[in-house]
Amino acid sequence: MSEKLLSVQDLHTSFFTDSGEVQAVNGVTFELDRGEILGIVGESGSGKSVTAYSIMQILADTGKIVGGSIKYKGEELTQYTEKQMRSFRGKCCSIIFQDPMTSLNPVFTIGNQLTEAIKLHTDRKGKEAKARAAELLELVGINDPHKRLKQYPYELSGGMRQRVMIAMALACEPDILIADEPTTALDVTIQAQILELIQKLQEQLGMAVILVTHDLGVIADMCDNIVVMYGGRICERGTAADIFYDPRHEYTKGLLRSIPTFDEAKKRLVPIAGTPINMLNLPKGCSFSARCDACMKICLTEQPEEVEISETHKASCWMNVKKMMEEEGGNACE
Amino acid sequence: MLVSKTLLEVKNLKQYFPVKSGFKTIPLKAVDDVSFTINEGETLGLVGESGCGKTTVGRTLLHLYEPTAGEIIFDGEKVTKKNINRMRKKMQMVFQDPYSSLDPRMTVEDIIGEPLDVHKLYSNRKERREKVLELMNYVGLNSEHATRYAHEFSGGQRQRIGIARALAVDPKFIVCDEPVSALDVSIQAQVINMFEDLQAKLGVAYLFIAHDLLVVHHISKRIAVMYLGKIVEIADSDDLNANPLHPYTQSLLSAIPIPDPNITRSRKRIVLEGDVPSPLNMPTGCAFRTRCPYATEQCAKECPTLTDRGNGHMVACFNK
Repeated sequence: MSEKLLSVQDLHTSFFTDSGEVQAVNGVTFELDRGEILGIVGESGSGKSVTAYSIMQILADTGKIVGGSIKYKGEELTQYTEKQMRSFRGKCCSIIFQDPMTSLNPVFTIGNQLTEAIKLHTDRKGKEAKARAAELLELVGINDPHKRLKQYPYELSGGMRQRVMIAMALACEPDILIADEPTTALDVTIQAQILELIQKLQEQLGMAVILVTHDLGVIADMCDNIVVMYGGRICERGTAADIFYDPRHEYTKGLLRSIPTFDEAKKRLVPIAGTPINMLNLPKGCSFSARCDACMKICLTEQPEEVEISETHKASCWMNVKKMMEEEGGNACE
Repeated sequence: MLVSKTLLEVKNLKQYFPVKSGFKTIPLKAVDDVSFTINEGETLGLVGESGCGKTTVGRTLLHLYEPTAGEIIFDGEKVTKKNINRMRKKMQMVFQDPYSSLDPRMTVEDIIGEPLDVHKLYSNRKERREKVLELMNYVGLNSEHATRYAHEFSGGQRQRIGIARALAVDPKFIVCDEPVSALDVSIQAQVINMFEDLQAKLGVAYLFIAHDLLVVHHISKRIAVMYLGKIVEIADSDDLNANPLHPYTQSLLSAIPIPDPNITRSRKRIVLEGDVPSPLNMPTGCAFRTRCPYATEQCAKECPTLTDRGNGHMVACFNK
């Protein structure tokens, strides 16, 4: 069997704040194949971005990976020194951030920032690096690249800046591109352009993409496989069809019911009751139990185990266990 | 069928902001010749991308900006600088950002009570408190929290405080400026449902401004689409979705990722080229022509006006 490109096992990441330990990521496990687009979806505070940052080890000072393993082509990333990580970032795995307005340095030109990445990770220098930078801008669909190289970030629009960020991320042809809410700050028509670009580049360069977003529409459009996160844990995973047409976790079901569609009937939305959980005070059982309509006794006391629904589809909800027991007939009760 | 009365009529509204450019001052045409009506108890959705002037329209209606030109007629009366304080008893606003639109030094009771103070809607403290608690109940806030400060609430709850404040004077019309875009999906649905419930209960009309067409379609009876300061299309919301006529509306609709893999992947996306032009340097004629796949010579010379294509479906385009 072919080796996975990236494999995250039981990842725990915590932030040590003045008010206590915040367990932002709590036992996350997933794998990424070559050329796959994996979507991580969840609300704010669900730990989706922290998962991505943990892979790159670019957590804030208070954050630390406290357990688990992240393997890239079989090599353990959590054992890497800072120097090794530096060569991993950019070359093997790149990240683009949500806000293209703040992730570029305002006092350097586009060309300056692009060639920096190229010089750092490849042998190209001087003119060669510049030529490569222009080539990259062209790849991401920016007209007149030589003029743009001399411009500063403020001279570009939001969509353009995000393209520059993508060009920078692709500078060394990484195997993995992590896109953390890449289109959230952009308008819909510009969002369509950027998503199309990511899709095109993914096909062209054959890299794997981890798309982190809260937008179920974007996920439905782009991803092969989906991971749904809530309260720092994965509640459900599967192919796009599994998640959207046969959700098996109450949170996923709730999420899908709460978004409006273009139906003419305009059915009343069914919101998820309550508010997102306080990460400082995680419940003992299932993290979604306090907001769940189908909450049972066991949900409050014990964390649900991941149940395999099909080869591709897994969910961590006690409802599935209950259903399986019922299907097996009265045996379980006797 | 009951014919509903026109509540708000906006005629040729213009809002220009002076912008200094070198030695000259040039007008930034944020809203340029916009006309529409809203009936009693109706919701009109207003969509468009950032910078298209949709928020400016909402703010100008309440004279938060003094309009450059045009008329706003509310309930048969022209809204002017002189009567705006009285008019604001009938028209209110809910703002986008629930974090910056509430005074951090005031308790919830004072925030919701302030409009009551301004319009002197109570005779003693006890009555004021009762009204505030009633409003908190309306929007689903726990009335025990009246003495708390805004920072003690989550985003969704803060937005409820903002809505309670708008409802305090018992208005007939509320401008909702992106009221759900700062909220998480699961909370967004709660607030949208509340808007619908309040409308059913109190008969209040909304101008619902948002960039998310799915949300706007869900809540609105009619939708107006704006591009660079102008309304390019107005239609019944289902009609607009099923049969968009303006090329901008068509691309906007096709660009929305629909949360259903089979639908969204089988659809053809109309991806527009380039970016929105700067409103300081607008193209001649139709503002959309620089990105429009159907643009002709006529589009560069003249600016199309809104024309009725049947059933109140109004479009401003020469070619469609």
